[in-house]
Amino acid sequence: MKGVRFRSLRDVGDPVELGSAYSEAGADELVFLDIQATVGDRPTLVELVKRVADRLAIPFTVGGGVRSAEDGERLLQAGADKVAVNSAALARPELIGELADRLGSQAVVVAIDAEGGRVRSHAGTVAAGRGATEWAREAEERGAGEILLTSIDADGTREGYDLELTSAVSGAVGLPVIASGGAGNSAHVAAALRVAQAALLASILHEDPQRLSSLREEVRGLGVPVRAC
Amino acid sequence: MNVAICGYGAGNVRSVEIAFRRLGAQITSDVGGADLAVLPGVGSARAAMTGLRERGHELALRARFEQGGPILGICLGLQLALDWTEEDGGVEGLGLVPGRAVRLREGRVPRMGWAEVGERGAFYFAHAYAAETDHATAWSEGIVAEARLGSFVGCQFHPEKSSAAGAHYLEEALSLSPV
Repeated sequence: MKGVRFRSLRDVGDPVELGSAYSEAGADELVFLDIQATVGDRPTLVELVKRVADRLAIPFTVGGGVRSAEDGERLLQAGADKVAVNSAALARPELIGELADRLGSQAVVVAIDAEGGRVRSHAGTVAAGRGATEWAREAEERGAGEILLTSIDADGTREGYDLELTSAVSGAVGLPVIASGGAGNSAHVAAALRVAQAALLASILHEDPQRLSSLREEVRGLGVPVRAC
Repeated sequence: MNVAICGYGAGNVRSVEIAFRRLGAQITSDVGGADLAVLPGVGSARAAMTGLRERGHELALRARFEQGGPILGICLGLQLALDWTEEDGGVEGLGLVPGRAVRLREGRVPRMGWAEVGERGAFYFAHAYAAETDHATAWSEGIVAEARLGSFVGCQFHPEKSSAAGAHYLEEALSLSPV
C-alpha cells in the first residue's frame, strides 16, 4: 500500500507480482512496509515475505510489526535481508541494539517518518516527541545500519524529496540514509542522491514498474552515478 | 550439481538456496560430498563461528579445504575464512586463507549498496568489515571484493542479491573444479 501524505491509503496491487516486476525492471533494492501491521496491531505476514523473496534476486527490506529480535529473525529466515523498525523502536529504543546483536547492524534499518522535522510514529498518526536528526543519531549509536527517512510533508506529493530534512539527517549520522517521499521525476531522484545514499520510489512506480529503467537513464544523464543494468 | 550451504542458525540463508536452485542446483546437507560448499554471510562473526562449530561445519569445511573441494564464502563467509576478524572484540576465523578482517574506516559504515567490482559490473555489498589479505583477486573502491586460495573463493559482495551479474557469478562458482 502506498499513501498520499500517509492519509488516504489505497491498495496498489499484489506485492508478489509487484516485487517481481521491480526486480526484473532493474530495481536496486525492494522495501516492503506493512504499515497496517502497526496500526492494526497484527503480526507481519511471514508467508507473504517468503513468497516475495522467492521471486527476487535483489536486497529485500521488510518492515511492519517487528517488536523483538525473534520477530526480526523470523523475517530474515523467510528471506528478508533487512528488517525495518519504526514505532516499536520509538516505544522501546533498546530494540535497535537487540536486533543489531542478533542480526548484525547491516540488517537493521531504522525507519523515521518526520513532519516539520519532528518524528511521528504509528504510520504518522502519533507525535513521538523527538527531532528527526536527534533520533537518527540515537539509532546509529544503538546499532542501526541504515536510516530510511520519509518526509510526511513530501510523501505522495510528487513535488520532490524533502532535501532540507534529508540533508540534516544525512549530515548528522555516518550511516547510509535512504530518502523517501515526494519523488515525481528523475530530477527529484538526482537531487535526493546528492544528499542521501539511496532514494526510495513508490507512487510513481506502482503504476508502471517499467518506468524504472528510463528513470535510471535520466538520472545518469543528470550526472549522478547509478548502476547500469 | 549438489550445493551444501553451511548455515549457522542466523539470518537469511534462504536467498542463497533460492539463487542456486534457480541455476538448477540441488541443496544437500552433505558438506563433504557436495560439488560446492557455501559459507554464507549473515549475522555477526562470533555467533557465526559458534554456530559453525556447533553444527560440525567447522571441521567439515577444514577437511573439505584440505581435500581441495570447492568452497564459496560470501561476505562474512569470506571474513570467517581468514585467520582473524576485528568484529565482536576479535574472533578467530577458520584460517583457510591467511589474512584478517578489519572494520571499514572510510565513508559511510556499514557500506551498503551496489558498487563496481573491477570490470565485472556492479554487485551488492552490505558490510562494516573487510578483508586484508595477500590473496585478494578483485577490488571495489579500494576494498577487497574477492579472495582466492586453493579451492576457496570468497566474495565480499552478495551474488545472491546481485541480480543477473550475481547469478552469473554463482554459475561460475558451480563450475569450480576440485584442486
